[in-house]
Amino acid sequence: MGSTFAEKALARAAGLSSVVAGQVVDAKPDVALSHDNTAPIARIFRAIGLEKVAIPDRMCVTLDHAVPPPTPKHAQNHVEVRAFVKEQGIQNFFEVGRGICHQVLSEEALVLPGQLILGADSHTTHYGWLGAFGAGVGRTEMAAIWATGELWLRIPESMKVVVTGRLGRGVTAKDLCLHLIGLLGADGGLYQSIEFHGPAIATLPLHERMVIPNMMAEFGAKNAYLPPDEAVFNYLAERRERRAPLAVSDWQSAVSSQRAVIQEMALYPDHDARYASTHIFNADNIELKIACPHTVDNVRPLREVAGTSIQQAFLGTCTNGRLEDLAAAAEIVQGKRVAAGTRLLVIPASAEVYLDALKAGYVQTLLEAGAVFGTPGCGPCMGVHMGVPGSGEACISTANRNFKGRMGQPDAEIYLASPAVVAASAVKGVIADPREIE
Amino acid sequence: MTRRKQRGGWQGDKVSVSQSEIKNLQSKIVGRVWKYGDGVNTDVIFPGKYTYSVKEPDEIAAHALEDLDPKFATAARPGDVIVAGRNWGNGSSREQAVTALKYKGIAAVVAKSFARIYFRNGINQGLLLITCPEAVEAARSGDAIEIDLNNNVIRLTGREYPFPPLSPTALGIINAGGLVAHIRKKLGLAGTEVIATGSGD
Ligand code: SF4
Repeated sequence: MGSTFAEKALARAAGLSSVVAGQVVDAKPDVALSHDNTAPIARIFRAIGLEKVAIPDRMCVTLDHAVPPPTPKHAQNHVEVRAFVKEQGIQNFFEVGRGICHQVLSEEALVLPGQLILGADSHTTHYGWLGAFGAGVGRTEMAAIWATGELWLRIPESMKVVVTGRLGRGVTAKDLCLHLIGLLGADGGLYQSIEFHGPAIATLPLHERMVIPNMMAEFGAKNAYLPPDEAVFNYLAERRERRAPLAVSDWQSAVSSQRAVIQEMALYPDHDARYASTHIFNADNIELKIACPHTVDNVRPLREVAGTSIQQAFLGTCTNGRLEDLAAAAEIVQGKRVAAGTRLLVIPASAEVYLDALKAGYVQTLLEAGAVFGTPGCGPCMGVHMGVPGSGEACISTANRNFKGRMGQPDAEIYLASPAVVAASAVKGVIADPREIE
Repeated sequence: MTRRKQRGGWQGDKVSVSQSEIKNLQSKIVGRVWKYGDGVNTDVIFPGKYTYSVKEPDEIAAHALEDLDPKFATAARPGDVIVAGRNWGNGSSREQAVTALKYKGIAAVVAKSFARIYFRNGINQGLLLITCPEAVEAARSGDAIEIDLNNNVIRLTGREYPFPPLSPTALGIINAGGLVAHIRKKLGLAGTEVIATGSGD
């Protein structure tokens, strides 16, 4: 009997030769992520009775959830986080404005294929895009990881999702995810490791692959996995070389040495691995989708909700705030204006995305169309600040969650869609199909 | 309260749970079955309306399973075992859905599957949770059940149902009475005063 990705990755993290679904192991995460919640976790950590964390080198801390701080209380929280980071000697600390944790750790190549990353953030599933095992944990658990360098994990059963064919014009990974969640429900992948396979996945560009495991948190998944390939190895190798150069004079050979090491770490499931279930989809048949209020599995085809009036369009978040997402939006709004009575909010997922979008002219195009830009970070995604909707308003967003009150106002409606749909809706003032814009 | 001097920190990577520690947890649990179905959510295990008003262990226990089985809280005896279907504990992350059963003296929950957060809360709060679909199929309310933790087997109606072994860590956490206590013990801080936890919110 072969092993699934989850069985291989967690066996490695637990230092065991093999494990099976259902077994509980003590796993040592390669990376332990926390963000603005680092200060409350630090208080639990101190309650354990320790002074120094066991794993400063494996910790990554970002300030991203409320940046720049909207209130003195938020600012004070950041002060505490910085003090803790300094006191503990944590090198991988990312300041206000650097970007959203999952985007930043990807850009910095801090997580590699086959590694285990545990984060005090439910969307830590994100790192499946590069073939890593990413799972969210609670705050007490993160304090325990800091104290001991390990955490108990149950090996999840695996679901195999095979996507054949190819996504049609204007159809994105976001639509694919909404299709799956709409079909099987918000608990369709409960507790499981969701493996994505098939030609429609292998041909996706990297920025699209990043969407899939991120969205799987809304499917109940523990983690998700896409088989890493050359494109992933190259992305990580170049970025790793830039961040921590090898002592090799020429760039090309340094990058290929980096790539060799990274590729060596990649894990793939065995052909005879045991899956709890297998689902096969044909990408050709997937339409543009919208998640309607107030659950992510309340999914309908775009054509059924087109024409619904919106007051805010939000382009950003760890799900869909990347350069290519801004490019897709810029292409739609080029030479047009955001509709009267509607605002288009753009928050790049990171400083790098922001700068690249500026150089490529997307920022100018979006500003000329009437968009408003915010500081890289989570922005209004979880309702703290920087563009929360008002009572009775409707917001179409590229985020991953549309729970009642998620954006701060329980009496607001949140629709989830791909970046192009959000941009088209901003221009029309109603939910609109980007393929029908000129 | 006087604070005892804390012993030094890190005790090394490998901490195994000795057989005698497992015995502390009761290597054999013998009780009666309370059988429930699929998809039991945290709201019926411990109603949300009490989350901020009911704080004492006895009071929390008194509301256990209130909206699912009103006679449970008065009739359940320490050592009894809940046996349930799929996705036990789905919904809220509220930890009282675990502690209500623990305070009631429930020795274990055996289910076909657990909701992810409930499962982690269960172990981290010191409640024994066992996944064993075959035993669930066989069990009826009122049956005598025996859970043998040394051999990872459930004995029920004259048959044996094996379940996947719990790691020494999971057993150690349950035995210590929860994750924070376990970590303190592991690091040699057991017996010292627990510094008040800030709002973990
Ligand atoms: S952008 Fe939203 S979903 Fe992503 S990490 Fe921030 S708050 Fe969470």
